[in-house]
Amino acid sequence: MRIALAILAFLLLTAEIPLAERRSGYEFMGRETRAMQDDDTTNPALLWVLDGEALFKSNCSSCHADLKGVAARYPKAGVSLDQKINHALKSKFAYESRELLALTAYVAKQSKGMPIEMEWNEANRPFLERGRATFFRRQGQLNLACAQCHDDNWGKQLAGSVIPQAHPTGYPIYRLEWQGLGSVQRRFRNCLIGVRAEPYAYGAPEYVELEMYLMWRARGMKLETPAVRP
Amino acid sequence: MAARVVVNVPATAKRGEVIEIRTLAGHEMETGFRRTDRGVLIPRDIITRFVCTYNGVEVFSADLHPAMAANPLISFTTIATESGTLEFKWTGDNGYSATQSAAINVT
Amino acid sequence: MTTRRGFLLALGSIAAGDALAQLPPNIAALRQAALDEGVRKVTGGAQVRPGKVKLDIPPLIDNGNTVPLTVTVESPMTEADHVKAIHVFTEKNPQPFVIGAHLGPRAGRAKLATRARIADTGKVIAIAEMSDGSFWSDTVSVVVTLSACLEDGLI
Repeated sequence: MRIALAILAFLLLTAEIPLAERRSGYEFMGRETRAMQDDDTTNPALLWVLDGEALFKSNCSSCHADLKGVAARYPKAGVSLDQKINHALKSKFAYESRELLALTAYVAKQSKGMPIEMEWNEANRPFLERGRATFFRRQGQLNLACAQCHDDNWGKQLAGSVIPQAHPTGYPIYRLEWQGLGSVQRRFRNCLIGVRAEPYAYGAPEYVELEMYLMWRARGMKLETPAVRP
Repeated sequence: MAARVVVNVPATAKRGEVIEIRTLAGHEMETGFRRTDRGVLIPRDIITRFVCTYNGVEVFSADLHPAMAANPLISFTTIATESGTLEFKWTGDNGYSATQSAAINVT
Repeated sequence: MTTRRGFLLALGSIAAGDALAQLPPNIAALRQAALDEGVRKVTGGAQVRPGKVKLDIPPLIDNGNTVPLTVTVESPMTEADHVKAIHVFTEKNPQPFVIGAHLGPRAGRAKLATRARIADTGKVIAIAEMSDGSFWSDTVSVVVTLSACLEDGLI
C-alpha cells in the first residue's frame, strides 16, 4: 500500500498536462509572429510550400491526387511523414534537404485544421512506449528530461522565451531562429543541444518514437502546418 | 532548386484604388558577418535591389542591406491606373536575379 | 557538432590574431558613428525632425532574426507633395541600414512593410524623405529576446 501511494505521488508530481489545458506553441507567441503564421500571403513557409507543390506534381501526382488527412495520422508504427514520403521516392532526398522539407510541408498543409489522430494501438504501442521513456528520461550534462520543462514548467520563462508545451502541431515549421523551414527532428536536435546531450543522427528511431509520443500527447489538437515559431 | 519568389497582387481593382502588393523572395540573405564553427567568415550573399514596374513604368524600388531578414518580405502600395502587367525584379550578389509578373484588370 | 578538435582549431585561429573575431572595446561609439554615417548618407546632413512618420514594430521581439515592421507617413501623396523615400535603420547592428524604399505619388499611400534583423535591444529609426527636401522620423526602442534552445554550427 505504501509503495502504491509512493508511485501515485510520483505520478502526480510528473503529471501529464490535462487535455483541456493543452496549448499550441502558437498561443505563447507574440501578436506579430502569430500574424506571420496566419497570413498565407506573407508566411515565409509559403516559399517551401510552393516548391513542394511543384515537386509533388512531378514526383507524386501520378499516384496521388492529394494526401489530405495523411499528416494528421503520422508518424505511424515508427515511420515519420518525411520518411514515408522519401521511401515512396526511393530515398531521393536527404533529411532536412530543401526538397524533402518542401514536399513534407506541402503534404502536411493539406491536413491543416484537421485534428491529430494518434492511437495507442498494438502497431504503435512499442514505439509510443519508447518515445514516452525518452520524454521522461533525464539526459545531457544538464541532466534534464523533456517532461521537466514541457510538462512541469510550461508557461514559465527560460531566459527570454516562454517554455511551450512541446506539441508538434505545425511541422515542418518556419523557425525565426533558423530563418528557414525545419523538421521536428531538427527541433529535437536544438533541445538536446540545449540540455547538452549528444543529438541523434537524422532519421534515428529515437526521434520518430519521441515524435509519435508527442503526437499522442497532442491528439485531437489541430494541425497548423506550416507554422511559424520563434 | 531555382529561386522562388512570390507576389500577391489583387486580380481586379477599381480605377484610382490604392492596392496593396506583397512580395516574398526565397533568399538566405547571408550577412557576411557570420562564421562557421571553425571561425571561417561566411561571405556576404544578399539581394541588393528590388524594382516594381507597372506597364513598364517604375512605381516602387528598394535597396536592401544585410539587416533585411532572410526570405525578404516587401509590401507596398500603388494606385490601380489601368489594366496591364506588374513586373517585379530582384537582383543581388553573385549574379542573383529573379523576376515575377502579375496581371491586373482595372475597371 | 563542434568537435574538440574543431573547437581547438577555432580557438587557435582567434589566438593567431584574428582581430575581427573579437568585438572592439569601444563598440558603442563605433555603432553610433556607423548609425550617424548611415543616416548622413541618405540625408546629406539635412536636419531630421521627429513627426509625420509612424513606425509600427513590436516593443518586445520574439526573435531578432525576423522582426516585422511597418512604416506609414502622413502625406497627401500628390505630384506636388509626396514621400520620395522611406529609410529604416537599427542602432545595434554591425551595419545599421535595413532598407531604403523609393516611392512617389503613384503609391497612393506612403506605406512600407518589411522584416528586419535586429541584433540587440536598442533603437529602430524610420526616416521619410519628402518631395520638398525635408526629412522626418520616428524612433522606437525595442527589446530583443533570444531563443533558449539553439543549435550548433554557426557562431
